[in-house]
Amino acid sequence: MTVPTAPSASTPAAALQGAAAGDRIFRALLTLAALAIPVLLGFLVYELVQGSELAIQRYGFRFLTTSTWDPVTDEFGALPLIFGTLLSSFLALLIAVPLSLGVAIFITEFAPSAIRRPIAFIVELLAAIPSVVYGLWGIFVLIPFLRTTVFTFLKGTFGFLPFFQGPVYGQSMLAAGIILAIMVMPYIMSVTREVLAVVPASQREAAMALGATRWEAAWTAVVPYARSGIVGAVILGLGRALGETMAVTMLIGNRHEIAASLFAPGYTMAAAIANEFSEASTDMHLAALSYVALVLFGVTVIVNALARVLIWRVSKGRQSGGAGL
Amino acid sequence: MTERIANSEQRTTGAIDVADFSFSYGPRQILNNVSFSMPSKAVTAIIGPSGCGKSTFLRSINRLNDLIPETKHAGDILVDGRSVYTRGIDLVALRLGVGMVFQRANPFPKTIYENVAYGPTLNRLVAPRDLPATVERCLKQAALWDEVKDRLDTPATGLSGGQQQRLCIARALANDPKVLLMDEPCSALDPIATQRVEELIVQLKASYTIVIVTHNMQQAARVSDVTGFFDRGELIEFGPTEQIFTAPSKERTEAYITGRFG
Repeated sequence: MTVPTAPSASTPAAALQGAAAGDRIFRALLTLAALAIPVLLGFLVYELVQGSELAIQRYGFRFLTTSTWDPVTDEFGALPLIFGTLLSSFLALLIAVPLSLGVAIFITEFAPSAIRRPIAFIVELLAAIPSVVYGLWGIFVLIPFLRTTVFTFLKGTFGFLPFFQGPVYGQSMLAAGIILAIMVMPYIMSVTREVLAVVPASQREAAMALGATRWEAAWTAVVPYARSGIVGAVILGLGRALGETMAVTMLIGNRHEIAASLFAPGYTMAAAIANEFSEASTDMHLAALSYVALVLFGVTVIVNALARVLIWRVSKGRQSGGAGL
Repeated sequence: MTERIANSEQRTTGAIDVADFSFSYGPRQILNNVSFSMPSKAVTAIIGPSGCGKSTFLRSINRLNDLIPETKHAGDILVDGRSVYTRGIDLVALRLGVGMVFQRANPFPKTIYENVAYGPTLNRLVAPRDLPATVERCLKQAALWDEVKDRLDTPATGLSGGQQQRLCIARALANDPKVLLMDEPCSALDPIATQRVEELIVQLKASYTIVIVTHNMQQAARVSDVTGFFDRGELIEFGPTEQIFTAPSKERTEAYITGRFG
């Protein structure tokens, strides 16, 4: 029972040898599994480069800076898609980060213990809703609501800003940003809640013994202690937002255009790939979509790398702060 | 009239009176009818076996136990003649006057300077331009200035354990409290660091009322003027340190300080 690899072993030494052989097999299996990930990643990149070769040869890096996307004349440029992906994710974080942080602080620091779990559970439940359901809800509930309330308010009050001008269709960059915010909130909130919960009580007590109120203790001692973990939570949310496809494509309006106004429709890389891949009729169109996938992959890698650097810089020389991650 | 003024002046020096104080967590009674008075500008040592309620008692003085749900208390504690447990008391003001140093050094993961400046900044106790002087004064009072004056902007977590504990003392002093509570401040320190903190305590008692909880009997004998012996939530004996350690009047006290239990 204890050494299943060497059932015949009768002496302790033989049993040990059997165990050593088992160890080696186990080690080899794990090494294989660990190697499979980078190899898979390599294949993925290779396949993407292979698929987009035509577009890479024709456009090079110009692909990233031009805005024409016309399958009829076989002219492709991905700038509006890159812009749309980054802007919708940025809007999502702008809305979701303060909300998630507030909920997480409320749950760990202020809520009576009886309602802590229920609140956390409900927020985390948001993560279980399928993307397409968010999309439908967005079309039938969120957009009509936004059009009659939030959008009209923004237009009336901040209409002098270029971000809130032009006609209000409903499907827009802002609607996509808002649905993304709702979708990434549970991830940011639950990781933030966990890193706040492991901040030692002695930090909170130190602050309160120095005359901090509960709120001040939370904001000046607990949150700074956990900040590298919180940055990690935000990055997790950003990763989700960058790649989200279904709900975004249902709400963003799907237009290859860069507009200053958040009421105007836009497009994201993930949405464009999902929508156009099955209908792409020319090799160049297919190659361009592949190229977009490669760029999306690159953007995600760059964003994550920047996030690593950020976490590293935030936690540099603050060993205790890094413990939360 | 003059007598009243003199009286009130005397009362702002940080004397602590404990009147029939009891405390419980849920069904567990931790402290039972404790009554005694701690003199101002002197060191009071609280000794007793583990679980006798001495830390709970210390944390009752600045009401840090409020953080724990389902606690109950009876009786009162008075700091400078003012009740700590009156309804509607300003807890921030109370804790500004009653500083605390914890068992394990707990500096914030900020710079040395920011740690000391935390209290005065948060509570706007000094003008921003006077802040560097305040930080310097407190670090000097805590006998740490010479060791850290060239690296005030480095993380406090980079200091040694003993330095961190002295930094926490400096941080508490920055609020200019009347009373300093110390919960086994040396239990995590090596003998040399312990000696430095003890010397510091003796220096500080000229200006502050110090209450120190300690497991170390020699430490209590070295630094304190009066000593209270707690056992099972009760104050068994209280008196001048010399008397407690040389001629205790209760048998349990003698048994404890001679090492027969606890």
